[in-house]
Amino acid sequence: MSKINVTLQLNGKSVSAEVEPRTLLIHYLRENLNVTGPHIGCDTSHCGACTVDIDGKSVKSCTIFAVQAAGAEVLTIEGMAGADGKLHALQEGFREMHGLQCGYCTPGMIIRAYRLLKENPTPSDAEIRMGISGNLCRCTGYQNIVKAIQYAAAKINGAEYKEAAE
Amino acid sequence: MIPGSFDYHRPTSLSEAVALLSSFDADARVIAGGHSLIPMMKLRLATPSHLIDLAAVGELRGVSAEGGEIVIGAMTTQHELIASETLAARLPILREAALLIADPQVRYVGTLGGNVANGDPGNDMPALMMCLGAVYVLRGKAGERKVAARDYYQGAYATAANPDEILTAIRIAPPPAGHGYAYEKLKRKVGDYATAAAGVILTLANGTVATCAIGLTNVAETALFADAAAGAVVGSKMDKAALARASAAAEAIASPAADGRGSAEYRRKMAGVMTARALSRAFARANG
Repeated sequence: MSKINVTLQLNGKSVSAEVEPRTLLIHYLRENLNVTGPHIGCDTSHCGACTVDIDGKSVKSCTIFAVQAAGAEVLTIEGMAGADGKLHALQEGFREMHGLQCGYCTPGMIIRAYRLLKENPTPSDAEIRMGISGNLCRCTGYQNIVKAIQYAAAKINGAEYKEAAE
Repeated sequence: MIPGSFDYHRPTSLSEAVALLSSFDADARVIAGGHSLIPMMKLRLATPSHLIDLAAVGELRGVSAEGGEIVIGAMTTQHELIASETLAARLPILREAALLIADPQVRYVGTLGGNVANGDPGNDMPALMMCLGAVYVLRGKAGERKVAARDYYQGAYATAANPDEILTAIRIAPPPAGHGYAYEKLKRKVGDYATAAAGVILTLANGTVATCAIGLTNVAETALFADAAAGAVVGSKMDKAALARASAAAEAIASPAADGRGSAEYRRKMAGVMTARALSRAFARANG
């Protein structure tokens, strides 16, 4: 089967590579473009470690062919911090609230949380938990991930983060 | 896991997609959201030589009201079903069920057409489509035809669709305003298929059940239309005896396999439990 050109907008820049149609987006990103922020966890569309944002939707990049994303705008963790290196509110939140331990799920968590907060800027803790239900973390028990996302929501909304009583 | 090789096609109209599919015989598959097909391709359970992506066929998307019917394009995603105000008002059971399918990422991509078309007994929408009396619109080289959801499923991954046909839309005559509805799904975790699930649509007259339809998910080779269970509550006020009759009738037609979700006996029992819960909740919601 002949290779085809897949060009897309990755973190605001045009990228392209010649790949077989069967190349999954996660492999296109990691193997062809050396963009290794999105991780391969389960490889079966359960764990969410490979989550990227495609045209305003959170998508598991292990379950879409690169060719299906041709022409799309794709956001990965590499595109979250500012050009000056300033962390995105979510990255800051995960650091401040200890929202990670081993860090394997973090790029997928942050990209998913980014879209969640775009759609629901003031989520309840329960809404966050449902919103990240497609992302598995085996370290934290999610408590600090929820706090990290609340921290980011407050910061993005210009409000002061107040930790909910437990 | 790497799928087998294939040629990729991206038609921009339905007629082009149908012509492509016919030209490759059984060696081609259409792909919608791909969240059933791509996992199967990664496991090499499906190895199409040609993949026809329907993503650019705009006429397959969206929810509209046509006359007395709701028409849902096959490429409408679960996320779009959940957001649809038309469906929230006319067919709220679809939103309730869609929120129980997989997880947010999968719902952004997975489509209603993909959920119902391939005859996966684990999928949630087929039982609902049977329950609602939905009609599937199929387009093939011989033209368009309609198949009732209740006649569509022949076995696990075996359906009434011919290899050259594409599911284009789902047509549903919505139940009257004030109808009762519920979808009850027992699952181990987010993203899991149902251990057993039941969907109910009912109407009341003077406080008793006037009409009722029940569909069961993942307790047989296909979704099941449980007409005897539904008949067991018509004319009742959903008392304990009626619920017990309906549960027993649902269990009688369930034939689940033992799997990681439980023994066959347990899953059959849960088909009855989900039926009773869905009936109770639908009854409580109904007006009339």
